[in-house]
Amino acid sequence: MAKLTFATDVCKGCGLCVNACPRGLIVIAKDKINKKGHSPAEITDESKCIGCACCAMMCPDCVITVEK
Amino acid sequence: MAVVFSKPKALTDAPLHYCPGCTHGIIHRLVAEAIDDLGILGRTVGVAPVGCAVMAYDYFSCDMVEAAHGRAPAVATGLKRAMPDRIIFTYQGDGDLASIGMAETVHAATRNENITVIFVNNAIYGMTGGQMAPTSLPGQVTQTSPYGRDVKTVGYPIKVCELLSALDAPYYIQRVAVNSVKHVAEAKKAIRRAFENQIEGRGFSLIEVVSSCPTNWGMTPQKALDWVESDMIPYYPLGVYRDKSKEA
Repeated sequence: MAKLTFATDVCKGCGLCVNACPRGLIVIAKDKINKKGHSPAEITDESKCIGCACCAMMCPDCVITVEK
Repeated sequence: MAVVFSKPKALTDAPLHYCPGCTHGIIHRLVAEAIDDLGILGRTVGVAPVGCAVMAYDYFSCDMVEAAHGRAPAVATGLKRAMPDRIIFTYQGDGDLASIGMAETVHAATRNENITVIFVNNAIYGMTGGQMAPTSLPGQVTQTSPYGRDVKTVGYPIKVCELLSALDAPYYIQRVAVNSVKHVAEAKKAIRRAFENQIEGRGFSLIEVVSSCPTNWGMTPQKALDWVESDMIPYYPLGVYRDKSKEA
């Protein structure tokens, strides 16, 4: 089990983390909107996260901090 | 719980102005991670280009200099010669390095200047709105090649790694990509290697990073990364083009 923290306000909703997650746990929250007007990324079920940090490695904006 | 991934210290808190899904952000982070890992933040000076990365000086927390268009390797040469104990890197796009700055690039390489060059190749002029670049692929549709790049009239793309590796002098030349987790990990190692070469005083290192431009290619960010894999990497093969540490 790992903990992901999203700096939601700098997320641009590009979705590269969504495709990078080997478990398909990350989604773009279509019902939310951040300061910049983007729908940010979020994790659906943190208990299934293995903390591989693939999402954070593909994020162009350093949105994701991974703890394990 | 231990932090396994967080924003590197060599990046400031300024939000990046790049378009959603632009891989400039990933490459900035890889450079910053190399600076952090090697503990050289206090003595690193970066040289920013003209192009999309023109405001790189806002994003790196080391000292930065803004060079005239294409002249980053010349400015870096001056910085390195005046302050040999500093670590100097340039961060340049394809319009900057392979077009207007080709002379500075080739001559810095052939002098084996002890600098690190990060070359971002996204096959298009991003900042000015998607015109054809020296690295645009044959047949690639851009603002100034609406019927696709016609190699009969505008010539073939410039392969910078191949071109520079024809010179005797450069120490280290490698082409990497950032379109997948695996390639990002390889790119991180290559960029770190390029900084290590400079710290050891070995000479000119250039890392070409095959990058994407979702906005000007007219693709979604993920589709742009897929296009890098399917179209760009076959034309710009990844690999080490020069490694003098392996030559006798």
